[in-house]
Amino acid sequence: MAQLKELYEAILNGDAKKAHAVTQAAIATGMEPMLLIAESMVPAMDEVGRLFEEEEYFVPELLLAGRAMRSAMELLRPLMVASGEKLSAKVVIGTVKGDLHDIGKNIVASMLEGSGFDVIDLGTDVAPEKFVAAVNEQEPQVVCMSALLTVTMPAMKTTIDALKAAGVRTRVKVLIGGAPVTMQYAREIGADGYSENASAAVGLVRSLLAERK
Amino acid sequence: MITTKRAKRKYSSLAIPNVDQLLYGVCPHPLESGLGLTIGGGSVFAEVNFTLPPMNMTTETWPEVVAHYEQMAEQILRRASALAVPGIVLEFELLPPMTERPEWGAELTSLLKRHLRTYHDKHHLSCALRVTPTDIRDQLKPPFMRSGEPWTRLKRSLELCAGAGADILSIESIGGKEVHDQALMYGDFQGIVFALGVLAPRDVSWLWGEIDEICDRYPGVVPGGDSACGFANTAMQLAHQKMLPEVLAAVVRAMSAVRSLAAFEQGAVGPSKDCAYEGPVMKAITGYPISMEGKSASCAHFSPLGNIAAAMCDLWSNESVQNVRLLSGNAPEVFTELLAYDCRLMNTAAASEGGALQMRNWMTASDEWLSPQAAVLSPAATIKIAQAIVGAETPYHRTIAAGRAAVEILKGGIAQDKLRLSRKEQQWLTRIDVALADFPQDEATLMWDLEPQYGNLYDKASYGF
Repeated sequence: MAQLKELYEAILNGDAKKAHAVTQAAIATGMEPMLLIAESMVPAMDEVGRLFEEEEYFVPELLLAGRAMRSAMELLRPLMVASGEKLSAKVVIGTVKGDLHDIGKNIVASMLEGSGFDVIDLGTDVAPEKFVAAVNEQEPQVVCMSALLTVTMPAMKTTIDALKAAGVRTRVKVLIGGAPVTMQYAREIGADGYSENASAAVGLVRSLLAERK
Repeated sequence: MITTKRAKRKYSSLAIPNVDQLLYGVCPHPLESGLGLTIGGGSVFAEVNFTLPPMNMTTETWPEVVAHYEQMAEQILRRASALAVPGIVLEFELLPPMTERPEWGAELTSLLKRHLRTYHDKHHLSCALRVTPTDIRDQLKPPFMRSGEPWTRLKRSLELCAGAGADILSIESIGGKEVHDQALMYGDFQGIVFALGVLAPRDVSWLWGEIDEICDRYPGVVPGGDSACGFANTAMQLAHQKMLPEVLAAVVRAMSAVRSLAAFEQGAVGPSKDCAYEGPVMKAITGYPISMEGKSASCAHFSPLGNIAAAMCDLWSNESVQNVRLLSGNAPEVFTELLAYDCRLMNTAAASEGGALQMRNWMTASDEWLSPQAAVLSPAATIKIAQAIVGAETPYHRTIAAGRAAVEILKGGIAQDKLRLSRKEQQWLTRIDVALADFPQDEATLMWDLEPQYGNLYDKASYGF
């Protein structure tokens, strides 16, 4: 059980090498993947999230913790797939057509990943049809879109319309964000949610997914 | 008209070594630009920047886009004229589709110049037009900086805007950002220095060589200056949102001056971009005028530099404001009025003996120790950082030297109990201090060390490797 604490500490401290090594050792001793996730990884990331909310951690500490968690998950994922365990929810994310500003999107993607979501990052300047194709191919539960410019905001509506036209809109929750975006705009264009910042985006994804259940 | 070939140069000393001579409105190399305007020759002028409200930009909506720019130009200049401003600069920052379709950017450049010419001819308004195409070279991963369709379009946009009436060409270049973004997010100081001190200066040098050549072909068009907006302003905004340490953002700011200076080394003559808060360092080193933004740019973004940013400016900008209706008129003309009064007060103070120095010192004292970002922007800090930069040989060594100078300024403020930082911020300052003491002797070693982490993010040929 010392390994559970070690893995917890390694993630909390953003030590990817140690997280990987401890996980490898734990697997070798026959420890169940779900036990490692439930007893070490999820509590560690919850604590990281708390420290971030309390302004004790900045984004670098948060991302390093996420990286440490991923290094452990790399080892656990094949075992979980083999044993038929359910993996975490999938999120497709990108900046909308015409918008190249991706730093906010990258933070949200990293924070979602660090929180255990399976994130498919489509990158920048993503055309509506590319979002539609990703929904069809990746079967995510959530689509996140970001725009920094007032002139690229309308592409969010175009993308939602494209999801509707393709008949896949009801399969996903759509979240939007970015400096000029507002909750009112989210409502106007038929998005399911809007987040003002990256950490709130993670909470929003969680709550929207909880609604679906 | 300036038609003389601008020299390439390397700065090894300061054009303004005396801190009391680092003032707003004056510089050793004032710029005659546009229609009768002299920037840095004794007065501060408003630089008004404006943009569209939320709307689609397509062939169908283009007439509506043009109508917005007609309205903004007319209203800004009418209000400026009503307030009897002694001079004004309009800045046209192209939106990405306007750079993607260079003819669009050129059409609006021509439109704006027509309005400026009318007000110059009818109302004797001294004025100039700065045009800033969007750096669209980061469309691919990794981005290609020196070839490919985005660069071809950007170059054509610069050419067409120069031909359509721009007086000053600028850009907020993004070379190195593909590495800096990731390094910044992970707080990886080696990656940050590699991006700011190795990749970015190489790109700025190459790009500004190209811009200088374009300006050579268009008499009267000058290469203005760059901005580390995508680097240091990103860090500043994230620090404001408590996502990054304030001290990290402040040190990044100081280090970013090296890559922005590279534009001047390739022929830029100012004014540097308004969002280049590293501008005072460039002014101290080069003696060319700068544009700055602060309290009257709160329409665009937060900064903890409202007053101190004006302390050494030659143009005073609102950064950007959307064409939306407010009670007294549309936002661009409203912000023209704010800038006009800011400038009038600064110029009135400067008209009396010692007034500019007194005003500068008040603006500095108002903000200096309330944030690390402001602490590295005071005139005294500016001189220290500038001296550190010119005292080192290569951009890589200059970047490290600027970072160390910034750390010393912040430590000095803490030691004197002027700068108060949280425990976490102090831990980060120590961490940065330690990191800066442990860099390889040369950039090639650093590049080799970082290859596993960042090698896949950038195209080596784009940086001349």
